[in-house]
Amino acid sequence: MRAVLSVVGKDGVGILAKVSAKCAEANANVVDVNQSILQDMFCMIMLIEIDKLKVEFTSFVDEMQDYAKELGMEIHVMHEDIFKSMHTI
Amino acid sequence: MLNTDNILETIKMINEEHLDVRTITMGISLLDCADSDIDKSCEKVYQKITTKAKDLVKVGEQIEKEYGIPIINKRISVTPIAMLVAVSGGDPVKYALALERCAKTVGVNFIGGFSALVQKGFSAGDEALIHAIPQALAQTEHVCASVNIGSTKAGINMDAVATMGHIVREAAELTKDNNCLGAAKLVVFCNAPEDNPFMAGAFHGVGEADVVLNVGVSGPGVVRAALAKAPKDLKMNELADIIKKTAFKITRMGQMVGALASERLGVPFGIVDLSLAPTPAIGDSVAYILEEMGLETCGAYGTTACLAMLNDAVKKGGVMASNSVGGLSGAFIPVSEDAGMINAVRKGILTLEKLEAMTAVCSVGLDMVVLPGETTAEVISGIIADEAAIGMVNSKTTAVRAIPAIGYNVGDELEFGGLLGSGPVMKINQTSCEVMIKRGGKIPAPLQSLKN
Repeated sequence: MRAVLSVVGKDGVGILAKVSAKCAEANANVVDVNQSILQDMFCMIMLIEIDKLKVEFTSFVDEMQDYAKELGMEIHVMHEDIFKSMHTI
Repeated sequence: MLNTDNILETIKMINEEHLDVRTITMGISLLDCADSDIDKSCEKVYQKITTKAKDLVKVGEQIEKEYGIPIINKRISVTPIAMLVAVSGGDPVKYALALERCAKTVGVNFIGGFSALVQKGFSAGDEALIHAIPQALAQTEHVCASVNIGSTKAGINMDAVATMGHIVREAAELTKDNNCLGAAKLVVFCNAPEDNPFMAGAFHGVGEADVVLNVGVSGPGVVRAALAKAPKDLKMNELADIIKKTAFKITRMGQMVGALASERLGVPFGIVDLSLAPTPAIGDSVAYILEEMGLETCGAYGTTACLAMLNDAVKKGGVMASNSVGGLSGAFIPVSEDAGMINAVRKGILTLEKLEAMTAVCSVGLDMVVLPGETTAEVISGIIADEAAIGMVNSKTTAVRAIPAIGYNVGDELEFGGLLGSGPVMKINQTSCEVMIKRGGKIPAPLQSLKN
């Protein structure tokens, strides 16, 4: 199973590194990353594998939400099926 | 990888445009709980509901977190309680209290089914239940009641219409210290669907399986945002296309959530109700969609036409997105729950007569309209009869959820809070229809040919 992790907020040094480190800590394998800067706004979308997470997926979601506040960014972690079901037939 | 634009679009829909699943509603049959002793019957009801629905809220919250999609309400609908009253006799309020206990134990937001189906006549239990509705709603917080008084095949039961005028008033009077909230939990239907997940009118029809899971989606904010991007000279049929595409996406999400929840709960999946259900939140309004189509304010001439197109396009987009569609499916126009409708009523542009015309082309009927406290039971019955006639003749569901604001006059407002919002007291035509209502009897079922 895979989840989409999106990070949006003001650009700064080391955001990608920090978020990836957090994923590694939870044993979430990053399979794809797409990152861009639009008018000073940092926007990153990561695809992560969540089968071998050390913790429950729901607690990982909570952890990332807390971490988002710490970073001052907006982070959403959502199961990939929601995007697949909405945007593909 | 998934398309970045699609991912960002979904996130924006949820965070900024109020996309959510309005409700997952578990329908539970109580037919096997009937007992000639009312206390035993209530106990069986409690046991069955708290067993079948024990994980409903937990599973809902899990899905919410994993998929990042808010599921606003978790609800239960049950077999019309009048059928249990028919077997047990006794005071139907006992059933309402048992249902209230269930709602508190399993933690659901509402439990619907304190209902009677009397479109063709009263059978044992029906009249007792109907007369117990005001007390039942005053003594409980989560229980919702509904009565079906007409259908296209049976016609309209005018004795029931006359009674319901009094019941609606009494429900408001008993709760007059609490914004007349009793009447907000009572719906009078014509052609009531048996698989509707939305409150206050949800009940579990007798033709349904023992337990099913129905889903009601939402998303007026998403449709409005999509239309807002369209240029002002875009043709109406092209607007309809935008609505269809948006409704498709919303419904796919509802279908996914429903399938997941039914799998995790081990309960068959019933239907997705495609209704666009507004909330009082700014932006999450059906009236604003109509205004986005080019009306200065909802209620202007052209409103009925815009609503007809919206309602139809939502269905066309949604039907392909789900393998089972049902319930009310269309656009809701509850006045107090829709910021745009409230605004239009305050300005005096949206009147009860215009709302009535709108109900002929949308999914339900006169919903959450606040009437002056002086409105008589007979006038309320007249409003119910007119709505039922629209439903009966057009083979569609119509309903009346009217709240007589006891002690309030035109211009005052009732504050219900939460999803029910706040409603300005509407100016209505108080001309008497007493003689007609007191005749009682039936309006025969309409001819199904020579349609004009």
